[in-house]
Amino acid sequence: MKYVDEYRSAELARGLASEIAGLVTPGETWRVMEVCGGHTHAIYRHGLEDLLPPEVELVHGPGCPVCVIPMGRVDDAIALAEEPAVTLATFGDMMRVPGGRGSLLEAKARGADVRMVYSPLDALALAAKLPDRRVVFFAIGFETTAPATAVTLLRARAQATPNFAVFCNHVTIEPPLRAILETPGLRVDAFIGPGHVSTVIGTDAYRFIPEEYGRPVAVSAFEPVDLLQSIAMLLRQRAEGRCEVENQYTRVVRPEGNARALAAIDETMELRDAFEWRGLGTIPRSAMRLRPAFADWDAEALYTIPGVRIEDPKACRCGEVLTGQIKPWECGVFGTACTPERPLGTCMVSSEGACAAFYAYGRLRRPAEEPVGA
Amino acid sequence: MGRRRAVLRDELITLAHGAGGKATRDLVEALFLEELGNDVLSVLGDAAVVPGGDRLALSTDAYVVHPLEFPGGDIGELAVNGTVNDLAMVGATPLWLTAGFVIEEGFPVAALRRIVASMGAAARAAGVTVVAGDTKVVERGKADGLFVTTAGVGTLADGVDLGPHRVQPGDRVLLSGTLADHGMAVMVARGDLQLEAEIESDTAAVHELAASLVALGGGLRWMRDPTRGGLATALNELAEAAGLAVVLEESALPIRPAVNAACEILGIDPLYVANEGKLIAIVATEAADEALAALRSHPLGAEAVLLGEVRSEPEGLVLLDTALGGTRIVDMLVGDPLPRIC
Repeated sequence: MKYVDEYRSAELARGLASEIAGLVTPGETWRVMEVCGGHTHAIYRHGLEDLLPPEVELVHGPGCPVCVIPMGRVDDAIALAEEPAVTLATFGDMMRVPGGRGSLLEAKARGADVRMVYSPLDALALAAKLPDRRVVFFAIGFETTAPATAVTLLRARAQATPNFAVFCNHVTIEPPLRAILETPGLRVDAFIGPGHVSTVIGTDAYRFIPEEYGRPVAVSAFEPVDLLQSIAMLLRQRAEGRCEVENQYTRVVRPEGNARALAAIDETMELRDAFEWRGLGTIPRSAMRLRPAFADWDAEALYTIPGVRIEDPKACRCGEVLTGQIKPWECGVFGTACTPERPLGTCMVSSEGACAAFYAYGRLRRPAEEPVGA
Repeated sequence: MGRRRAVLRDELITLAHGAGGKATRDLVEALFLEELGNDVLSVLGDAAVVPGGDRLALSTDAYVVHPLEFPGGDIGELAVNGTVNDLAMVGATPLWLTAGFVIEEGFPVAALRRIVASMGAAARAAGVTVVAGDTKVVERGKADGLFVTTAGVGTLADGVDLGPHRVQPGDRVLLSGTLADHGMAVMVARGDLQLEAEIESDTAAVHELAASLVALGGGLRWMRDPTRGGLATALNELAEAAGLAVVLEESALPIRPAVNAACEILGIDPLYVANEGKLIAIVATEAADEALAALRSHPLGAEAVLLGEVRSEPEGLVLLDTALGGTRIVDMLVGDPLPRIC
C-alpha cells in the first residue's frame, strides 16, 4: 500500500536498528516513553521491541484517551443514556469501559439506547434521524479528537439542531506529562511525542519538557520505521549533547500546529478548573468543558449529572501503568482478574491501552524487569 | 388436480404471506419453487427423503448480513456457499440443503426473488439441491428485512478423517487466496463509514478446492473456512484444540491493496475480518507442494499461498513473524465492534 509500505520497510528498519545499537552505551539502560497509545499499539503490533538492543527500554505513557476516563464519568454517561428521551452516541472502545455500575454495553443490554459512532458528525446526523430524541455525544480524547467535537458543535449551532448535545470529557496532553515528569525518582530519559495530538497543537507545545525538565522529545508518526527513526533521533541528541524538541512527523506536523483546529476548540470549549483522571487523580486545568455560549448543546447544562466519584478497584494499578511506573505484567491482576474479556481497569479495554496491547500481542516475553518509577 | 397455478402478484411481503394460507402457498410455489424447485422439494412434504451414504456430515448456519445485497454477492448466495463450505471443510461432498426464511412484513417481493434466484444459482454451481424449506413472516421492525437459515447434508468417503487431532508439529499452513474481502466489502457497502472503495465479497463455494485436497489422502490434516472472526480466530481455535502453536509469516499474507487500505483507514486488522470463499488447510510437510499446486490449479485457489507452519511451542498460541523481523501474538478477538457481516 502506497505511503504505508514505505514506512514498514524491513530494510529501512534494519538500518535504523543497527544505528540505534551503535548509539546506546553498552550495558546501560536508556528508557524512552512513548506518550501515545497509538505508538504502544504499533510497537506491539509490529514486534518492534525485537529489533531494539536490550539497552533500549520502551515505557508506555498516558496517551490512551479511553484509559484516562475515570469510573465516575462512565457512570455519568450511563445515567445520561438512561434518560428516557436520550440516545447516547460514543466511540466503540468507550462502550466496554467498566464504571461503578457496569459498562455502557451492559446499559445498552438493559434497554438504554447507546449507539457506536465513528465521528461526532455521525452523532449529529443521527440526531436528524431521531427528531423525538436527543442524541448526546459522549466526547472523549485529547486535542486530537477535540477539533472534531468543536466542528460538530459549530455545525449544530449553524443548523440550529435542537436535539443534539455533547457530554464533554476532552482532556489536554500537557498536564499528565507534567504529572509524570514530576513523579519522584522519574527514570524516563526521553520522550517519543504523540503524533496525532501534535498535528493540532504543534511541536512547540512540548518545549517545556527539555527546557524545564531536561528531557529530549521526538514527535513521531505511527509506522515502525517512524518510531525507530524517532528513537535514533533521541539517541543522536544524547550523543551530540543536545536536548530539544525534534519533529520526525514532518509530513504532517507543524511547529505551530493547526491554527484552524485550535480556533475551533477555543470557540467552543474552555478549561475546567479541575478534572479527575483515571489513576492520576484530580489535575487542575487539565480538561475542557463547553463554553456558556454552547449551553444549549451542553449535556452538563441540560441534564443533572450524578458526578459521583468512584474509587478505582484496589487491585487495579492503571495509574502506575499510565505513568510508566510499572509494566502491565507487574500489576497483580494482569491477565488473571483483569483480561480484555473482563477488564477491571481501562488500560485493558482499548487496543491502545498498554495492558490490552501487551496482553494481545506481547505476552510471550515477560522479562523480570525492575519497575521504572520510584 | 383442478388447482390453479400459483401466482404471486404482491409487491410487498405482508403478514398474510406467513399465515400458512393461500398467500403462503403463492409465495412458496411462485417464488421459492420457481427459483429453487426440484423433484424432492416440489413434493412439499414435511421432510425431504433423500438417498444417503454410510457417513453423513450435517451443518447449519443462520445469515443476518446487512445490507442484504452487497458488491460481489447477497444473503442468498452467502447462505448457500456458507453451508456448502462448512460441509466441505470436514471432507464431505455437499449434497442437500434446507432453507428457512424469516421475512419482515413489507419486504419487497422483487428483492426476495433476486435473493432466492441467486440462492438457486449458487446451489446449482455448488452441485447441491435445496430439498426442504420454511417461511415465516414477522411484523415490521421484528427482523432486519430478511434472515436466512440453511442446513446442509453431505456424504463422507471412507477413510476421510480431518481434525485438530491429526495436526502435528512441522505441518504447513496453506491459505487458498486473499484475506478480508468479504468483511470489508460489506462494511464499505453499509455506507455509514463514508468510505468508497471497489471491494467485492469473495463469497464462493470452495468444495472443489477442498475435494482436491481430500484427494491427497493422509497428507491433509485439517481444513477450515475462515468466516466470522477471520483467519486469526480459526487458527486460534485450531492451536487451542490441538495444543500446538501456529506460526505465520506476515510477508506471506495475501491482501488486496484496496482491502488493506480500507483496513488501515478504519484501524481494522485484516486477520480478524470475515472471508466467505477461502479455506485454510493444514497439510503434512511432504504434501505441501502438491497441495499448493492443487489449490493453484483451480480458479478459486489461483492466489493460494504457504502461510506458515505448526510448531509444538508455545502451546495454544498463534504467532506472527512480522515483516520487520519481530514476533507477536495473534490473539482471539475480544468484544467485536463490527457490524453484522454474515
